[in-house]
Amino acid sequence: MVIERRWKKWVFFYVPLTLFLVGMLFPFYWMFITAVRPDAELYRSWRNLHNTPFWTLHPTLDHLKDLLARTMFPRWLWNTFFIATVSTGISLFCGLLAGYALARLKFPMAGTLGTAIFVTYLVPPTLLFIPLANIIRDFQLGDTPWALILTYPTFLIPFCTWLLMGYFKTIPKELEECARVDGATRLGAMAWIIFPIAVPGILSAGIFAFTLSWNEFIYALVFISSPERKTVPVGVVSELIRGDIYFWGQLMTGALLGSVPVALVYSFFVEYYVAGLTGSVKG
Amino acid sequence: MAKHQRSLAHPVGAAPPIEVALPRPRPAPPWRLTRLVENERLLAALLLTPAVVLLALFIAYPFVMGVWLALTNASVGTAGTFIGIRNFVKEWNDSIFQTAFQNTFFYTFWATIFKLSLGMWLALLLNRQFRGMRIVRASMLLPFIVPTVLSTFAWRWMFDPTFSVLNWLLYSLGLITNKLPFLSDGHWAMWCAIVVNTWRGMPFFAITLLAGLQTISPDLHEAASLDGANSWHRFWKVTWPLLRPVTIVVVVFSVIQTFADFQLIYVLTGGGPANSTHLLATYAYQVGVATGLLGEGAAISLFMFPVLFLVVWFQLRYLRRLEGP
Repeated sequence: MVIERRWKKWVFFYVPLTLFLVGMLFPFYWMFITAVRPDAELYRSWRNLHNTPFWTLHPTLDHLKDLLARTMFPRWLWNTFFIATVSTGISLFCGLLAGYALARLKFPMAGTLGTAIFVTYLVPPTLLFIPLANIIRDFQLGDTPWALILTYPTFLIPFCTWLLMGYFKTIPKELEECARVDGATRLGAMAWIIFPIAVPGILSAGIFAFTLSWNEFIYALVFISSPERKTVPVGVVSELIRGDIYFWGQLMTGALLGSVPVALVYSFFVEYYVAGLTGSVKG
Repeated sequence: MAKHQRSLAHPVGAAPPIEVALPRPRPAPPWRLTRLVENERLLAALLLTPAVVLLALFIAYPFVMGVWLALTNASVGTAGTFIGIRNFVKEWNDSIFQTAFQNTFFYTFWATIFKLSLGMWLALLLNRQFRGMRIVRASMLLPFIVPTVLSTFAWRWMFDPTFSVLNWLLYSLGLITNKLPFLSDGHWAMWCAIVVNTWRGMPFFAITLLAGLQTISPDLHEAASLDGANSWHRFWKVTWPLLRPVTIVVVVFSVIQTFADFQLIYVLTGGGPANSTHLLATYAYQVGVATGLLGEGAAISLFMFPVLFLVVWFQLRYLRRLEGP
């Protein structure tokens, strides 16, 4: 072990780590404190030295009540949840099958297809949103949840396939061969032997995919126009600002509430999420 | 155990008598699909179909359509006619486009530099054992998992021209007398966007690099320090060479994401003030969707393609070299 002096540990470890922690978390604290601060305190000049911007003595839930009662926020939460869940389900299904095929089966063009799926993984949504809007309109999907449920898999499938393919490769082939000797069909061996073993990989991919679709913005912004069909990110951006006026209390409450579900999912499955994150780049 | 006996007592494929009691009235016949599926190629085709159909329909087809749109003067409601590369030429000579084009490179370059260096530093800090390690590691990832749009709103509020908490802080510390024009000056606004992007993307670097760091055996460090290497040398001679493959992959991913960024600028500045902070994606949105000039918008976003293509090509070549002999 490398021995360190005490002051060195403070200067090179505790102080920088604390600074990082404060920097990373301050915006969330700021969201929270704005969300519970009464309007009268919110809008005071930046020069007023009697301000106490970092805390408030009159916390209020007015912004929260307003948000839940007078906007469609609960509806957006539900929309986002529904769209994220269904598109994650579709992507996991496609990713599982495709990942298995690419990892285990021998067929011509396997390498090319693998590369092609990897390349689509790197295509950013912002490259395609204009023509895609046309296509969505041609398919009569505009302004329906299906516009998003069917397009989100475009950035989720490549990622799920890639991650699960890597996972399948770590499962010994002998397991399947044993099952086949015992009389299982190839499909049976895949579904009943390999997939159950891959559950941690499936969870990682699913959680990562869920947070990605919860965060998606540009497709939801372009394809959905009715206020009651929007997702949280788009609803907060386009409906909570009336005219040019920013109601910061309400906005920050919305931002906070919209972040809570992903943060919860994340906190329950940190390990899986991190495995998904690091797996997503390693392949 | 029971299963084992069963497979010994009965020929493969025939249903054992015990299963007659289960809700499956007849034993599985040599079902045609099951047999077809034994054919490896056919099974592969079958398993790949859903993924390939979705990707072809919503990635390959839009891409072809995007190229076609960019070559027409289509706008919302009109199909447009073929006008060759006129859209591309027009944009290339357009001053807002030129700003957006330069901004995209500027933004990507600086944000990536900051994310990499700070992310590396953070990863090195997190790689040590300390009390509360797990919770600190977990909370460091928060900026990355929370919807970008929502956290960017918090930043926008912190940069607010009249009520900025940052101005208040600097003023009460006596560091400034006039407020800083965070988002009201084009140059400042661009740097603010870079700061927010760094804040959001750094955890991704830190956590993936941390995963890389954890695969490096501590013995190597010990051996190096016995040989008299200080921590600076140990980083450059031991850690960095082993970490380089992961770093390159992470940087490639981040460059693509940052180069094609949309939401952060859309919320933070909306491309303003006076169109000075547009990126290619936000400008494409403004022209293609907000104004409705589909052809021109598609052309603007296609300007991203050559750069993305180069980056992906580089990545594939690098991966192949790693896998190769």
